[in-house]
Amino acid sequence: MSKRLIDLQHITKSYDGQMILDDLNLYIRENEFLTLLGPSGCGKTTTLRIIGGFETPDQGTVIFDGKNITELAPNQRQLNTVFQKYALFPHMSIAENIAFGLKIRKKSKAYIDDKIKYALKLVNLEGFEKRSVNSLSGGQQQRIAIARAIVNEPKVLLLDEPLGALDLKLRQDMQYELIRLKNELGITFVYVTHDQEEALTMSDTIVVMNQGYIQQVGTPQDIYNEPVNAFVADFIGESNIISGTMLKDCLVQILNVKFPCVDEGFGANVPVDVVIRPEDVELVSPEQGMLTGEVTSLIFKGVHWEMEVLANGYEWLVQATQMHPVGDHVGIWVAPDNIQIMNKPESNDEKAVESDA
Amino acid sequence: MRNLKRQLLAGPYLLWMAGFILLPLIVILYYAFTTTGGNFTFLNVSSITFSVHFKALILSLKLALICTLICLVLSYPLAMILNNMKAKSQNFIVFIFILPMWMNFMLRILAWRMLLSNHGVINSLLDTIGLPRLDILNTPTAVVFCMVYDFLPFMILPIYNSMARISSDVIEAARDLGANSITIFFKVIVPLTLSGVLSGIIMVFVPALTSFAVSDLLGGGKVLLIGNVIEQAFMQEYNWNLGSGLSFVLMIFVIASMALMNSWGDENGAGVW
Repeated sequence: MSKRLIDLQHITKSYDGQMILDDLNLYIRENEFLTLLGPSGCGKTTTLRIIGGFETPDQGTVIFDGKNITELAPNQRQLNTVFQKYALFPHMSIAENIAFGLKIRKKSKAYIDDKIKYALKLVNLEGFEKRSVNSLSGGQQQRIAIARAIVNEPKVLLLDEPLGALDLKLRQDMQYELIRLKNELGITFVYVTHDQEEALTMSDTIVVMNQGYIQQVGTPQDIYNEPVNAFVADFIGESNIISGTMLKDCLVQILNVKFPCVDEGFGANVPVDVVIRPEDVELVSPEQGMLTGEVTSLIFKGVHWEMEVLANGYEWLVQATQMHPVGDHVGIWVAPDNIQIMNKPESNDEKAVESDA
Repeated sequence: MRNLKRQLLAGPYLLWMAGFILLPLIVILYYAFTTTGGNFTFLNVSSITFSVHFKALILSLKLALICTLICLVLSYPLAMILNNMKAKSQNFIVFIFILPMWMNFMLRILAWRMLLSNHGVINSLLDTIGLPRLDILNTPTAVVFCMVYDFLPFMILPIYNSMARISSDVIEAARDLGANSITIFFKVIVPLTLSGVLSGIIMVFVPALTSFAVSDLLGGGKVLLIGNVIEQAFMQEYNWNLGSGLSFVLMIFVIASMALMNSWGDENGAGVW
């Protein structure tokens, strides 16, 4: 793996006595696409603003490329930000917007003109130099904001929910654009979003945050398949989260039914949270099922049907390509390796889970 | 049908405009270009070149310009400070600035006459602490002083409004791109407040140029502005033709100054209207 480019050490930040970040530790590797993911108020934007220099942490150190930059002003840092609301300069043309940072660095006119051309080509807006900011759509403005940031050749690009204001189709297109840009530029992206799908699509590493604490750091696959607690499981995709008891290794009891699973090492008769993804719940005939229930709702979602099945007092969320009409009696069956066991929250930062989930 | 009803709502205003704006303008134009006998003439308008009228016009332009400049220099930093305060204090300070406007205009001018007079509050105070007296009453200085006092809110408010509209994101973006505070001020804040500055200039310059009450009461008959000349033509000489002619010339100057400001604003992307 490549070296650590940014290192956040013991970062604490509070506003008006309210704790936003509590002893946050995180490192970001060179050329990584790292996403800070969490609900609003989880501290992800504050973390980004501390990296950008717009906020100073109450305690802790920000290391960038081996140097302590905690007290350095934003205009002296080798990184650039793409803001959620674009923040283009309304009194300047597109070319002037892109040239802003380069002019401050006293680059030659030829160099600046070249860079503008290059950046506009990169964001697929060639020939937009003379246009005014207000004549552009939201998606175009966001591309210009990205162009304005990358012409300065930052080592890190910080993106604060850059697609938040765009409509769904455009957002999906821009996700692919961002991945392409990241690969072409070969720089580090730190991306903030509350959209789990965005995070899963683009990231090398996802950092799931809640109430100022990091819940889990991992690859998209890790986060989706092996959530460490109920909050992560609930936040990343839909899931059935059920309280259960670990009877012994590879056997868990939920809703008074014993399920074979593949997890070990929890001990005997330990209360746990059990996560089963809706696509992993298999509907079979009542005789074949581990437990039986009745379909209570049925919704067509395009690629699959989404059903709710009431069984042993729990509403199971089920996604399947085969539909069962409302009122149908069905059996529920789950493969052992599709059952994910998690410890109940114990420590302080894990409690953040309970109050929110 | 619904459209017609809506258009009818504009009726009272249209009547008002026709009766109290359009008609008087036509009357002024009629008087400006006719003799007392009703014959067509350019004499009323061209009389602006008479030494006494011309001097009054030049003095008016000069004082209005000085007044506008002082207002601008006072207002801009003030608006910046105001904009950086907490929202609650901002509202309070703005309220304080508007407060004098609740008092009658004439009353305020008379109050300044009392304050500045020979035995007034200010000079008594200066006497007691042994400082030189302030003999500015009946001079252009007093007139400018009072005009600045009267018109300052008209400069502060539009500048403050345009400043409050700048999103903090834009300032942060500039800082992010490497700009220091000085660059941010000249490249971002000044251009984005230009429209406010332009409307402030017009709102101060135009009333200052046409004012006659201030010079009347604080100039002691020694400061003759074009407004005073026009007032005298109407009220003392009963020469409506001359008064209208000079008013017409003054109107040209007002329109010209506004057009100048506007074209300058357009060039910099900050049209006033």
